[in-house]
Amino acid sequence: MRAPTALVLPGLAWLVVFMLVPCGLILVYAFLERGTYGGIDWLFTFDNFVRGVEPLYVSILIDSALIAGAATVVALLLGYPAAWGIARAAPRWQTRLLVLVMLPFWSNYLIRTYAWIVLLNREGLISHGLVDLGVIDAPVSLLYTAPSVVVGLVYNYLPFVVLSIYASLQRLDPSVLEASEDLGAPPWRTFLRVVLPLTMPGVAAGAVFVFVLSIGNFITPDLLGGGRVVMVGNLIYDQFLSARDWPFGAALSLALIAIMMGLLFAQAVATNRGR
Amino acid sequence: MAAERPAGTRGALATRLWLGVVLCFLYCPILVLMALSFNRAGLPTVWSGFGLNWYAELVDSPEILSAARNTLVVAVASTLIATALGTMLALGVARRPPSSALDALLFAPMIIPDIVLAIALLSFYSLLNVTLGLHSIIASHVVFNIAFVCAVVRTRLKHFDFAVLEASEDLGASRFTTFRRVTLPMILPGVLAGAMLAFTLSVDEFIIAFFVAGPGESSTTLPMRIYSMIRFGVTPEINAMATIVMLFSFTLVLLSQRLDRSATLPDD
Amino acid sequence: MARSSTAGALLLVAGSVLADGTLVVSNWDGYMPEDLPDRFSEASGTDVEISFHATNEEIMGKVVASRGKGYDVLFVSSPFAEALHELDLLAPIDRAKIPNLANLYPQAEELAYDPGNTFSVPYAWGTTGLCYRSDRLADAPDSWQDLLDPDEALVGRTTMLATDRWLMGAGLLARGYSVNETDPARIEQVRDDLVATKKTLLAYDDTTFYSKLVSGEADLVQAWDGWCNYGIAENPDIRYVVPKEGSDLWVDTMVIMKSSDNVDAAHGFIDYVLGADTGQWVVENIMYKVPNEAAMKNIDPAMLESFPNLAMTPDELMQGEQLRDLGETQKAYTKAVTEITSSR
Repeated sequence: MRAPTALVLPGLAWLVVFMLVPCGLILVYAFLERGTYGGIDWLFTFDNFVRGVEPLYVSILIDSALIAGAATVVALLLGYPAAWGIARAAPRWQTRLLVLVMLPFWSNYLIRTYAWIVLLNREGLISHGLVDLGVIDAPVSLLYTAPSVVVGLVYNYLPFVVLSIYASLQRLDPSVLEASEDLGAPPWRTFLRVVLPLTMPGVAAGAVFVFVLSIGNFITPDLLGGGRVVMVGNLIYDQFLSARDWPFGAALSLALIAIMMGLLFAQAVATNRGR
Repeated sequence: MAAERPAGTRGALATRLWLGVVLCFLYCPILVLMALSFNRAGLPTVWSGFGLNWYAELVDSPEILSAARNTLVVAVASTLIATALGTMLALGVARRPPSSALDALLFAPMIIPDIVLAIALLSFYSLLNVTLGLHSIIASHVVFNIAFVCAVVRTRLKHFDFAVLEASEDLGASRFTTFRRVTLPMILPGVLAGAMLAFTLSVDEFIIAFFVAGPGESSTTLPMRIYSMIRFGVTPEINAMATIVMLFSFTLVLLSQRLDRSATLPDD
Repeated sequence: MARSSTAGALLLVAGSVLADGTLVVSNWDGYMPEDLPDRFSEASGTDVEISFHATNEEIMGKVVASRGKGYDVLFVSSPFAEALHELDLLAPIDRAKIPNLANLYPQAEELAYDPGNTFSVPYAWGTTGLCYRSDRLADAPDSWQDLLDPDEALVGRTTMLATDRWLMGAGLLARGYSVNETDPARIEQVRDDLVATKKTLLAYDDTTFYSKLVSGEADLVQAWDGWCNYGIAENPDIRYVVPKEGSDLWVDTMVIMKSSDNVDAAHGFIDYVLGADTGQWVVENIMYKVPNEAAMKNIDPAMLESFPNLAMTPDELMQGEQLRDLGETQKAYTKAVTEITSSR
């Protein structure tokens, strides 16, 4: 049809020029060499990929995955019951509660992360609060560690997990749950055997979202990690700015994209199979 | 969960409590920042009276005002472009047979790590020897904004009965009139919701702006300013800045939600 | 298509169009008196637009990417000035246009990275050492080991600089090696030392270490001397010391980009900064030492007493080894620093 093509072309063109081509450039840079003082030397090499699988970088990738994984698990554990709570609320409240949960998600990421710097530092509220309550003797720093980065990531992505699981819960047919109860199953078994499997698409979508966005995250480990927590995003940033080694940074970026695409593909396959 | 179930009291109480805890977790940090912005002393642990002094400092600062102005320019421009292109994309795609490749392309900007996209764009601009400035930020923001607008409008179009369009044309209306009188009113809430979403995302976006901005104040956006304020320490002006920015975002999102209720809920 | 031309027009309007002759200068935030650009504009008639960078790496990244386009004058530390010169991005300094070069100490004209100041002009210089709360430390620190292998009481209350040259510098100096060390075995030794140090650190911090001292979050930090003065100004219990193993001599320089359209105005700006009055006022404002003899002569002795590191003489400073660009070895340093900061 002629009209749809003309409609689609400008948007597609923009995406091609300002997304595909730059990413393609990164693909090309990954095969080039770093100039002696920085920048690019147009010489072909596989070196960057060989370096990329050195133990140092693999371990950073693994650490990033662990942190992202921890954030995912915590977000799911916190988010599922919350989504359940919203789903069981009176219908007119459900929308309001959802909006309430989603509001922070749409506000400035830097500021939401900064809030935790204020709360977690040694001279901050939580530390002094714990001292005042007698839980600890001296102020303690809760910042600049991997757990503080996890807290920041969970805080930023929790709303989406709630939303995603809620959407699945909403589509549950109540008669299925009643049937399970009628057959004498205790609530926890109903949950495990009936509800959870049926809401897997929502859980999976939320989990993949949190994981994928966490592993490539740069700002949260930068602000909450105090230079002590190095994730893949920080590594890429360092390669481009400190080391001025664009080819290697490009290779790392490709690795990151490859992992994320792999995960998304797996999720899509799993979701389709579930249907 | 469409119908109301008889709630088991203990279970219901537990989940309500949990929901309360989660909401508290989500809002406490923000509320703390807001409260601190009014603390005359500016220290997080000593309250020395209510004061608007930190807000006064912000308003007095020309760099902040200039950064805010730049942010608005970028957001308005990128939203206008992205809304136009994204809506057209959604309309065009909705009529075609589903294509995984197309879907992947439209989904990609939301998934590519922003630092990778930022660096890719900087490399691209520098290869072409483009002068950097607000325009390079705008062009870059349009990329992810198109994806979001398109997604929102597509969701809206799922419920759209295209037979109506054919009926309209059968009755003799031109394609343009059909669009103006039939299609547009039906998708408008979705388009506006998508536009507000794009605007919000652009206003808050930091890392792409950081990499592709030109030199100087004339090219600095508010998030870039906020980042350097945070880098240089926990100072009370940031709390005042944070409060203003948060309230602005909240207002925008609530407005957007009003405009199109179904746009905030994912549909499949 | 109507839409795209409107978009194009919008982009043009939104894009910044600088007036001819506006000088774009990039510097660290707060590293220059706030009214210096305005005073220069009044004196010379050239407008100045200030751009801020938080770290050397940031401005290097942007400038290497854009090949200097859009910038006229940069403030960068010496090894980075050297790298920019090797990358052929700098305009040569025309000494005839900067008569105030005569104000510099003779030592400042013989700096290792740029003898004779052919592509850079020094702006500020100093040492890197230990900044600490004398009221919270039992003994005054005097060695890099006090930071690298701290007492029990200091664990979790120390920070080191995050920039790789200075992070490694502390370890290299502690072992008596050069701060421009290229021997891979020695680099690895220092890396192992610093990996052990990480376990005792609160954070790596380039920008908020002094406020951590003031707030009590930290008690002993690695610091540039001038920056420690900000802490001293807020809390007189804060002191600065150059460890006995020594310090590097860092120099922050002004360079002119080859791509600049305003090379003459840029020279004029540098000349203005090197004026005796300007230099003195810079010192009073940013509390760093400048290599400007004419300026340093006029500093109020009371100020030198409150901030002892301002009183260091050029001869004392020249004892520190100067940082040079490492060329190919930069990769090894970056890798070592990555290994250190990502270690568990």
